[in-house]
Amino acid sequence: MVDTIRAEKGVTASAPSPPHKRQWRRGWLPYVLLIPAVILELLIHIIPMLVGVGISFLQLTEFYLSNWRAAPFAGTSNYRIALNIHGATGQALLHSFTITVLYTVIALAVSWSFGMAAAVFTQRAFRGRGVIRTVFLIPYALPVFASVITWNFMLQRDTGMVNQLLLDLHLVHSRPFWLIGSNSFYSLVVVAIWRSWPFAFLILTAGMQSIPTDLYEAASLDGSGAIGQVRHVTLPLLRPVNRVLLLVLFLWTFNDFSVPFTLFGSAPPSQADIISIHIYENSFVSWNFGTGSAMSVLLLLFLLLVTAIYLAAGRLGGRHA
Amino acid sequence: MHEATWFRWARVIVLTLLGLFALTPVYVMLSASLKPLPDVEGAFRWFPSHVTVAPFIDMWQTIPLLRYLENSLVVSTTASVASVLIALLAAYAISRYRFHGRQVFSITILSTQMFPGILFLLPLFVIFVNIGRVTSINLYGSRTGLIITYMTFTLPFAIWMLAAYLDTIPRELDEAAKVDGSGPMGAFIRVVIPAAIPGIVAVLIYAFMTAWSEMLFASVLTNDTTRTLAVGLQGYATQNQVYWNQIMAASLTVSVPIVVGFLLLQRFLVAGMTAGSVK
Repeated sequence: MVDTIRAEKGVTASAPSPPHKRQWRRGWLPYVLLIPAVILELLIHIIPMLVGVGISFLQLTEFYLSNWRAAPFAGTSNYRIALNIHGATGQALLHSFTITVLYTVIALAVSWSFGMAAAVFTQRAFRGRGVIRTVFLIPYALPVFASVITWNFMLQRDTGMVNQLLLDLHLVHSRPFWLIGSNSFYSLVVVAIWRSWPFAFLILTAGMQSIPTDLYEAASLDGSGAIGQVRHVTLPLLRPVNRVLLLVLFLWTFNDFSVPFTLFGSAPPSQADIISIHIYENSFVSWNFGTGSAMSVLLLLFLLLVTAIYLAAGRLGGRHA
Repeated sequence: MHEATWFRWARVIVLTLLGLFALTPVYVMLSASLKPLPDVEGAFRWFPSHVTVAPFIDMWQTIPLLRYLENSLVVSTTASVASVLIALLAAYAISRYRFHGRQVFSITILSTQMFPGILFLLPLFVIFVNIGRVTSINLYGSRTGLIITYMTFTLPFAIWMLAAYLDTIPRELDEAAKVDGSGPMGAFIRVVIPAAIPGIVAVLIYAFMTAWSEMLFASVLTNDTTRTLAVGLQGYATQNQVYWNQIMAASLTVSVPIVVGFLLLQRFLVAGMTAGSVK
């Protein structure tokens, strides 16, 4: 894919030589080169993660913050509180988790479809293609805090653009609320789609550039129309790209914090109480780090499980295909 | 190639709708930033009653925008440059050497990308507070703490993209430099780095954009003096009166450089991002 794009730009680069011909070098140098990266990874990623697992077994509240080793051991009680669906905390977590899954699935499906439609329709050259591609990338290029605050303005009940548009089109008679109540879920989904579909478009466009045009010509000679070509050529050849793209989009959407935080602040309406905000609120607003950490660990386990199943299913599917 | 008429119409309709969807917030941002205050306090107007640039002047007074801008610039620039330098070293090792732990390192570093940020945030907060208590190194609430954090965030992706990029640079180049009497590091600095400039620039932009937009860690690890734009911009909304025209003016101002930079270099970014999926 890189080679295709570089070739298109007139950059010449020879392909990497096949592995068995490579002159591998050995010695201490690679370890020295990795030291800075390893130190940073340990300090910011690995150690905090282990500490996080540790904290999830402690009764860590604000009183023990500056001396967390004095915090009493809690055993598995944080996990039991988080998983007890009959208790208030567990119920709220389950509610938040369900909403997050629903929001992720809808946003993922629509973002991918929009990205795919846009990529298919801009695959063949036409006048204005360059401009429209640039337009499509703008939502992805804008910093989240700037673009989502604009959505917040648009979704205001009395001064927002969305309600004005609905009134002008006579679709509503009174102004609905978009940032509180049950509508807030739809607002969040729409903004998340607006933000992430350009990324799907970007990756799918790049993926389509590596599909040889004579395959389309062959399909066309066989009598395939535009839809048939997408079904028999584009989709099968995009499989490896889609496999990575869907996983990345899933993880990003599921873990996203910036979009809901900018839209609703640290206290979202319960209909849009996304898991990352929910844990954040539990930890930094209620100052209960133990339960917050237990929830984070459970979230990580869930994501690991989903990723593992997804990759395994992809491998199986690939073998049978 | 022949295109059916329905295909052309479908293309016009779909691309127009998606274009409108993509651009509506941009139009609202731009038009509201040129409106006088009464225009944004009443029902939404599609056009300003009269065009004014006052929001672009007043926005600097309502919140300490200049300080936030400076913080964001210092943090994002330092973090992205440092991250790329460190990633380059690691990418060179991965691309040119086979050593014990190479696979483990690559997989570990990539898998950290999928972990929810909230998982690191709690412990990092506790660690930073405690480091400050035990030593006099103040990481919590300082730019340094945020810089180190952001460096690490962009590191996995930067290493991945740069290693893929270095793989496309022929080994014969470094071999030739070594024949000329350079050591491995000499060849790296004099031959490999210059050949990798486009990849380096793309990763630099990616790292800068990531740091510029990050909110979760910035909202917890900064205080009033070190606040970045991503969190600081919310300050307009907590005033007694919400100056939407100023918020839009400020949003536009801090977005333009990022959007332009991204659009200029998106080709390189895509090349780097998709490099991994073809292997």
